[in-house]
Amino acid sequence: MAITREHELHRRRSGRNVGLALVLLAFIALVFGLTIAKVSGGSTLQAFDHSYRPVLDPDNVRFQQR
Amino acid sequence: MSDARVDIPYAQTGDAEFRDYIALLKPRVMSLVVFTALVGLLVAPGSLHPIEGLAAIIFIALGAGASGALNMWWDADIDAVMQRTARRPIPAGKVTPQEAMSLGVALSGMSVIMLWLATNALAGFLLAFTIFFYAVIYSMWLKRATPQNIVIGGAAGAFPPMIGWVAVTGSLSLEACLMFMLIFMWTPPHFWALALFMKSDYHKANVPMLTVTHGRKATRTHILVYTVALVPFALAAGFTSIGGPVYLTTALALNLMFLHGAWAIWRRDEATAEADAYRVEKRVFRFSLYYLFVHFGAILVEAALASLPAYAEFALQFKILEVF
Repeated sequence: MAITREHELHRRRSGRNVGLALVLLAFIALVFGLTIAKVSGGSTLQAFDHSYRPVLDPDNVRFQQR
Repeated sequence: MSDARVDIPYAQTGDAEFRDYIALLKPRVMSLVVFTALVGLLVAPGSLHPIEGLAAIIFIALGAGASGALNMWWDADIDAVMQRTARRPIPAGKVTPQEAMSLGVALSGMSVIMLWLATNALAGFLLAFTIFFYAVIYSMWLKRATPQNIVIGGAAGAFPPMIGWVAVTGSLSLEACLMFMLIFMWTPPHFWALALFMKSDYHKANVPMLTVTHGRKATRTHILVYTVALVPFALAAGFTSIGGPVYLTTALALNLMFLHGAWAIWRRDEATAEADAYRVEKRVFRFSLYYLFVHFGAILVEAALASLPAYAEFALQFKILEVF
């Protein structure tokens, strides 16, 4: 049987739960953003994706510069 | 520690709302913390990634909120008898003291670790020290032990711009110390002006406020002395890398007005003050809020103007303390 009676208490609890959910989501977003900022060090993130990319190989870049 | 604290069971009026937990973090104090920390962070030499800067401000604010929650937990007994604080979540029965304490401890740990990870260890350490200072040294010890509680406790509120600065530079400097001293020396006259017209409250709560222990005439003298002592620090910041002609002009005007207000408070006696319902004391208290906001606003304006080469060159001749 479904609970149909709404009490003021339910409104408070619901408000608390929504508030906490938003805080947690904001925290996740902040930690994610912080991780990206720390890892990238201000530049665009690039990585090998299953295939060799000479432009990302430091040895290759040094060789080209010589 | 003082043993004056009385454990009072607070009648629970029902489940707390989300905003009651926010109220535990003292959002109004937080706004000052956010502003001053932001100024410290923006005017510091060097740069942070915007996300790191945002994270630093959020965690400094959260640390301040955590110490606010710990303060409300410890001071619930005196909050309950003071008119100004009786509606705070614990004395109002909305949040239990244990909940406030848990929230304070959890947020303290989280904010310190996150600030350390987001910026550097010194910033994290300073935030931890600030929370310790406000929650333990001020709330648990000095507030109930000495009428100088406000003076020492003011240090807790003075750390945020320093932490903002350290978050960027990783080290302390004269500028960071002067921003600290500006708030530290401003706190006593600001709170004692409040204590003068909220007298029954502190008296009722048996908090050794200067007005209660040394009398109101002595408090008026203290306000004047601390305001005079504040002036050199406020002006000295104008001769460092964060200052310049705009800051110096603003600081000069603000300090003259604050001195005038402190002088007016000192000259008044109780009969005159009571006759006009503490009009001057209230005016000086309100002005002291603007005093701090405008000082830090002027520091920010100087940083913005520094991007104009002509102004930067002109301002350079004022920065005689920059070598330190």
